[in-house]
Amino acid sequence: METPSFALPFIIGLLFIISFLIVVTIIWIAGLSKIDKIRIWKNMPTRKTGEALAETFMESLLHRKIFRKNPVLGYMHTSLAFGWFLLIVVGHIETALHYRTLSFPIWKSIFFRYAEQTPPAGFESKFFAASMDFLLLIVLSGVMLAYYKRIHKSLFGMKRTTRLKVGDRISLTALWLIFPLRLAAESVSANLYHNGSFLTQSAGNLLASFVPVQQMEMPLWWAYSCALGVFFLTMPVSRYMHIPVEVLLIFLRKYGIRLKKNVNTYTRVQVFSCSRCGICLDSCQMNHANIRNTQSVYVLKQIRGRRLSDEQLFNCLLCGRCQNDCPVGLDLNNLRITQRIESTMEYNSQYDYLKSDCMPKPVSTEVIYFAGCMTHLTPAIIKSMRALFEMAGVSYWFMDEDKTACCGRPLMQAGQYQAAQKLVDHNREKIQASGAKTLVVSCPICYKVFNEDYSLPGIRVVHHSEYLLELMADKRLPIHKLPLRAVYHDPCELGRGSGIYHQPRLLLDEYANLIPVRNEKEKAWCCGGSLANIKIQMSERDQIRQKAMEEYLSYGPDVLVTACPLCKKTFAKDRNLPVHDLSEVVYMAIRQKSTGNTSEDPGKKEVNYEQIFFPRITS
Amino acid sequence: MKHVVVIGGGVAGIETAAQLSKSGHWVTVVEKSNQLGGKLNDWHCLFPDFSLAKEQLDWLQSQKHQADLQVLLETKVTSVNRTNGRFAIETSGKDKLEADAVVVASGYELFDARRKEEYGYKIYERVITSADLEKRMNNGELLRTPEGAPNRVAFVHCVGSRDEKSGNHYCSKVCCITGVKQAIELKKLSPGTEIFCFYMDLRMYGKHFEELYRTAQEKYDIQFIRGRLSEAAEKIDKSVQIKAEDTLSGRPLKMNVDWLVLLVGMEAGTGTAQAASVCGSRCESSGFIATADEHRSTNLSSQEGIFVAGSCTGPMSVTDTILHARSAACEVNDYFQKLEKSWL
Repeated sequence: METPSFALPFIIGLLFIISFLIVVTIIWIAGLSKIDKIRIWKNMPTRKTGEALAETFMESLLHRKIFRKNPVLGYMHTSLAFGWFLLIVVGHIETALHYRTLSFPIWKSIFFRYAEQTPPAGFESKFFAASMDFLLLIVLSGVMLAYYKRIHKSLFGMKRTTRLKVGDRISLTALWLIFPLRLAAESVSANLYHNGSFLTQSAGNLLASFVPVQQMEMPLWWAYSCALGVFFLTMPVSRYMHIPVEVLLIFLRKYGIRLKKNVNTYTRVQVFSCSRCGICLDSCQMNHANIRNTQSVYVLKQIRGRRLSDEQLFNCLLCGRCQNDCPVGLDLNNLRITQRIESTMEYNSQYDYLKSDCMPKPVSTEVIYFAGCMTHLTPAIIKSMRALFEMAGVSYWFMDEDKTACCGRPLMQAGQYQAAQKLVDHNREKIQASGAKTLVVSCPICYKVFNEDYSLPGIRVVHHSEYLLELMADKRLPIHKLPLRAVYHDPCELGRGSGIYHQPRLLLDEYANLIPVRNEKEKAWCCGGSLANIKIQMSERDQIRQKAMEEYLSYGPDVLVTACPLCKKTFAKDRNLPVHDLSEVVYMAIRQKSTGNTSEDPGKKEVNYEQIFFPRITS
Repeated sequence: MKHVVVIGGGVAGIETAAQLSKSGHWVTVVEKSNQLGGKLNDWHCLFPDFSLAKEQLDWLQSQKHQADLQVLLETKVTSVNRTNGRFAIETSGKDKLEADAVVVASGYELFDARRKEEYGYKIYERVITSADLEKRMNNGELLRTPEGAPNRVAFVHCVGSRDEKSGNHYCSKVCCITGVKQAIELKKLSPGTEIFCFYMDLRMYGKHFEELYRTAQEKYDIQFIRGRLSEAAEKIDKSVQIKAEDTLSGRPLKMNVDWLVLLVGMEAGTGTAQAASVCGSRCESSGFIATADEHRSTNLSSQEGIFVAGSCTGPMSVTDTILHARSAACEVNDYFQKLEKSWL
C-alpha cells in the first residue's frame, strides 16, 4: 500500500520533533563544562546507565512519586504515559509479527487498523487486536480523568493547578484529542473492515447505526494524524517538552551533573524538565500570604521564556517545601539561587576591612563554639549553651563572642555569592588557625554553609542539637524530663536543608514530652522569617507564621521548641505559645532537676512553665 | 436615676465614675484586680513635675466616696447584652447588672520585654524595664553594683513601640519623657553615674516636656545617643555590653553598662481585647478600641450607648487620661439628655 496522504501531518511532526530533540540535546551537552563531559563519558559504561534506565521507567512512565502524593493523580499520569508507551511498543510488535519483518514504514504501525484491512485471523492477531483495544481503553480513562481534573481538582489531592499559556493550550488540546480521535477512526475502520476487537468493533458498529461511516473514515484518520502532528510541532513551546527532557535529566543527574553557580545548559535541562504539574503550588506557603505568582512552577516558566522579574525571583523563602514535593526531583532552591547570582552580579561587596582582623592564636579547647549573628539576638540560647558546656565539662573557645564576620549563607541565599566567598574565606582561615577539631554551631543557617561551602578538612561541624545529644548519650549531661508537652518545629535549613530530623527529636524526648504534628520533618512548615526572601512584607510574614502556629496550637502544647534562633524570634512574636530553643529546654530541665524539689512549695508536684523558664533572677 | 457601669477601675475608670456620680447618676465600677488605681499603684512619680504617683492616687481614691458610687473589686464583666435600650451585664461575681450606658475604661498592658530577646530581659540580671525601675523606687531598692553606685546606666527608648518586628507600629507617646524623668531621678540619687539614652526620635509633645529634656542635658549631663541597640551581652561581672550605632556620627558603638533600663511601650493587652469583645466594639489593628471619630467623638465606640475612656483607645499619659475620662462623662450626660428629649 502507498503511504496514505493523511499520514503526512504525523510524519512531518515526528520528523520535526526528532530532529529538534537531537539538535537541542547536542547543544545542551556541548554547553556543559569539560569536567561534566568527562563525567558523562566515564559514567556511561557503568551501572549508572542501568540505574538511570530504571529511574526513567519508574518515574517517567510509572510516575511513582505522583502515586505517593495521590493515587488518582498517579493513575492519571501512569495511564497516559505508560499506556501510550505500551500502545507504541505493542503496536510495533503487532506490526512486526504481522509482516514478519522489522523494517516497515512507521505509519503502518501507527495507523495499523487502516493499513491492514483484513479481519484478524488466528489467535495471535486476535490477541494483539484485543490488547491494543485494552491499552487504548486505559489511555482513554486517563484522558477522561484529565478532563475531569479541570473541573474537580480536589479528587486529585490538589487545591490549585497551574495557569496555562498559549503553547500549552494548543498542545493540551491536541493531546486531549489524540486518543478519542484514534478511537473514532479505528472504530469506523473496524466497522468497514471488521478488523477491530471488543472496543473498536463494538464502538464502530454502534457508530454505523446512526452516522454514515463510509464518508467519515478519511476525515477521522486525517484528524487523528493532525492531532498527533500538532502535538509534536507544539511540543517545544509547551510544557510537554518535559516528556523527552526529563529522560535526559535523569541520565545527566545519575552521571553526577549538578547545578553550578552560574546559569549553564544544565539549568536549561532542569527548567525544560518541569511538567508544570502544579504539585508545588499547594505546598508553597506564600499562598498563606496571598502571593500567587512566585511559586517554583511560575519561576521556572519565566526562566524558560527568559522573562523572569526580580519581584518573582526574590519573593521566596527558599524553604524547600516545593523541592521536597517535586515529582521530577528538580533542584528548585539552587535553580533559584543561580538566577539570583546572575541577577545581583554587579552588587557584590568587597569586604576589604576584614583583612585588618587579626587571626586567633591556636586554642587547646575541645570545641569551638560559633553562635552566629541570629543567636546573638536570642541570648537565652547562648546562655544555655555556655551553661551546658560547663555542666558537661567541655572546654570551648567562643569564636564569635565579641565580633566576627557573618557565615555567608544569607548572602548566598540572596545570590551574592562572590561577596559571601570573602566571608567564607575569612572565617575558614580563623577556624583553621584555632586548631580545634569540632565546631559546634547554634544556627542552622550557619550550619548548612559550614558543612557545604567551607572546606574544613579534619574539622567536624555539628549543630548543637547533635552535639547535646552526644553529650547526653555519653552521660556527660544528666537527664530530667520536664512535665511539659512540646511541639518541635523543624527549621528549614536544619531539616530539609541538612537532613537533620531525628537528633533534635531524640534529645527533646528525653527532656520533655514530644508530641508529633501533621506537618513535620520533610513536610515541616517554614516559620516565615526566612532571610532568603528580600521582597516580602512583614505583614505577609506574619500571615505565614500564623498559619503554622495555628496547626501547632491545635495540639495544645505547653511550649514550642525549635533549634534555630531565627525560627525562635519569628514565633516569639506570637503571644499564644511560648517558644524556646532546644538548648534552653535541656538547660532548664537540668537546672530544674538540681533545684527541683526545694522550691517554695515542696508539696506542689506540678511544674509551672513560668517557674521553669523564668525563675526570679536574684542578684 | 440612670445607672452607668464602668469597666475598669484605673485612672480613667475612677475619674469617669466620679464625674458621672457628681452629675447625679448611679455608677458601678467593675475592677478585675483587688484594688482601684490600676498601673498607677506601681508608679513612683510622674513626669514632668516629679509629683508622687501616690498623691494623684489618693486624690482619685477620695473621689470614690461620692454618693451612689459602687465599686466591685475582683470582678470581671463576662457579657453585655442590649435589651430594650438598656444593657444587661453579667459578671464573674454574683451580681447581674442592668445599665443605661456602659463606659469601657479597661486600660493598657505593658509590652513584655522578653519579646525583644536581644536586650536580655529576664535573661541577664541587670536588665530591667521602666516599670521595674518605678517599683524599685517605691521600695527604695536602688540600682547597685557590688562596688556601690553604678558607674554607667543606659536607657533604651521605643522597646515594643514603633517597631515592626515586635508588631507594634504605633508610638506609645509617654516613654520618651518617662526616660528623661527616670534618668534625672537616677542622676539625683547618684550624681556620679553616667547616663546614656538610646533613642530614635525624642517626642517631647507635652507641656514642660521639652524643658525637662533640656534640663536633663544641661543640668544633669545626661547623654542622648540617636541609635537603636542591636544587641546586649552579659559580661562575667554581670555588667551588660551593648552594641549600637550612633547614627549622628555614623559610627558603630560598643559600651559596658552596669544597668540597662528598657522603656517599654503600651499595648492594648488582653483586658481591653476582652472588654471590646464582650461589648462588641471594633478594635484597630493595633488592638486599641476604635473610636467613632478621631477628632470630635473620641469617647464613642462603634456601639451606641457604649463609651470609651482612657488608654483603652491608645497610649495616653495620666494627664490626658483624666481629661479623656471627663469628656467621656460629658458624652454620657449628652447621651442621656438626648434620650430624654426623644421621650418627650
